[in-house]
Amino acid sequence: MAQKKFVVGCFDEEKVLFPAVKQVRAAGYKIKDVYTPFAVHGLDHALGMRETSLHTAGFIYGITGTATAVSAISWIFTKDWPLNIGGKPHFALPAWIPIIFELTVLFAAVGMVMTFCWLCQLAPGVKKHHFHKRATDDLFVMVIECTEKTNAEDLVALLKSNGAVETDIQIAEEGWWFGTYDKNDDLYNNKQVAL
Amino acid sequence: MASIKEQFEIPGSLKTWSYALIGIGGAALLYGMFTKGFSSDEHEQVHFWGTLMYNSIFWTLVTNAAMFFLCFSTMAMAAWMQSFRRIAEAISTLVPIFGGITLLVLFYVVLSHNHHIYHWLDAEAVAKDPILKGKSGFLNPTFFIIWTTLTISLWSYFGYRMRQISLEADIAPMDADTAHKFNVRSMVRSGFFLVWFGLTVASTVPWLWLMSIDAHWYSTMYSWYTFASSFVAGMALIALWLIYMKNKGYMELSNSEHLHDVGKFMFAFSIFWTYLWFSQYMLIWYANIPEETVYFKHRVQGAYKPIFFLNLFINFLCPLIILMKRSAKRNFTLMAFMAVLILFGHWIDFYQMVMGSLMKEHVSLGWFDFGILSFFVGLMILMVARSMASKPLIAKYHPFLKESIIHQV
Repeated sequence: MAQKKFVVGCFDEEKVLFPAVKQVRAAGYKIKDVYTPFAVHGLDHALGMRETSLHTAGFIYGITGTATAVSAISWIFTKDWPLNIGGKPHFALPAWIPIIFELTVLFAAVGMVMTFCWLCQLAPGVKKHHFHKRATDDLFVMVIECTEKTNAEDLVALLKSNGAVETDIQIAEEGWWFGTYDKNDDLYNNKQVAL
Repeated sequence: MASIKEQFEIPGSLKTWSYALIGIGGAALLYGMFTKGFSSDEHEQVHFWGTLMYNSIFWTLVTNAAMFFLCFSTMAMAAWMQSFRRIAEAISTLVPIFGGITLLVLFYVVLSHNHHIYHWLDAEAVAKDPILKGKSGFLNPTFFIIWTTLTISLWSYFGYRMRQISLEADIAPMDADTAHKFNVRSMVRSGFFLVWFGLTVASTVPWLWLMSIDAHWYSTMYSWYTFASSFVAGMALIALWLIYMKNKGYMELSNSEHLHDVGKFMFAFSIFWTYLWFSQYMLIWYANIPEETVYFKHRVQGAYKPIFFLNLFINFLCPLIILMKRSAKRNFTLMAFMAVLILFGHWIDFYQMVMGSLMKEHVSLGWFDFGILSFFVGLMILMVARSMASKPLIAKYHPFLKESIIHQV
């Protein structure tokens, strides 16, 4: 829960955004994130983000589901409580496959949704700072976190020269908090740095 | 688009290989005809005609799947496949050829009243058999011949119409109005094909051609199963040709993004095929009614056991494990390997569907089967290459082409 200084550059078009991302990265700044109104193809590559491991997690959850189902059903039907069902063998694999499949899907689906929420820090009541309210509407908002070495004024100039329609320096909550958006609105109402 | 190679020149090696394969196949066919076809032994005759049947039906359905792919993509206004649609079109030009071969084979079987293949052709047996009698409105030579002829002619005709309209995209750039009309007309034409495809491949034709070999037995999954099998093999064939053309330096507008989506189809429909395989198997296994289990008895417990499980291994486990990863679907070498494997796997699937019912006691997979396969593969390679060389490789003024070029997965 720490407040940090961010430089925010807003772009109104994708085709301006992409070269700007390239320029900002080439100048050595580390982009925290770009908030876009919709999923932009190729932006993750342009930002140099590594591929998500969500699918690997999904595979592991799925295998866990399969293993749970196989071990549970086979133990129940062959050891714990063997039943004669229609003269079928106790180890009746074809009959189990639908359940094994369902449990695999259930584990993978629930596990992946929860992992996704965890990775994106999403949960009921969890709030995060919005760098620009129009990021959910029609503006592409690039956020760069300042370090001690960052010269914010230079960075703002760089963003402007690369076509940012609006720039801003904000001191904001870096992580998430639990509660309401009052804290966020306060930041909006009294911008620490006006430009 | 000046740098795009629009004209395919058939490489000499391709011609050599296809002629060699056709030659091997022709030799096998001739030798088989004398040793098996004209043999007085019923088993040999059944082997001969059965092999011709499952090969010709398999290749007809697989090439027809390419046209199905084009039509449902057109209907869904899909753009991503436009950069390599001419490959699918070229494959679909084989439907009249392979369909014609299928017609000849099936006509011979039906007109010669070969009741060792189709038991329902035996009029005396049908008269005594209440089950076959009940089915005789559908399973009779007249209906068989009319429906088969109609099926193959209409596949060919609707496919031809689809390929013709695609040629309009070669002439000149379209303005918005022309492009809109072009799209609507393409969709109408694909609609005709799709409806006829649904009435044939997804229902009646597998019943008539394949399921009626076991005249008493029936399964409601059978047609979908056949469709899934032929469609996934068709996608594999498209992938294989796409990879080949890329290797030869053509199809510059298609890249790993397009291959990825073809790979998704191969992956997804392998799973779909397994779903149908399993649904058919499990219900029969669970109910355990003798007249239903008769189909699986000699496949699961008899001579066909190795092939039956090999089929499941190649067509389910291999695609599931190998094609699951994103990087695998974007890897040209791996995709080529998987495409060949899937094609082979579904050929084996058709083998056990037909021969498993015709020759229950022993597996006869051998030189004759592979010889006939080689004939069809050789003919397929040659004719697809020829038809590809006869048209520009890119429908360059297609309204969706740009969307296909920038396609990204």
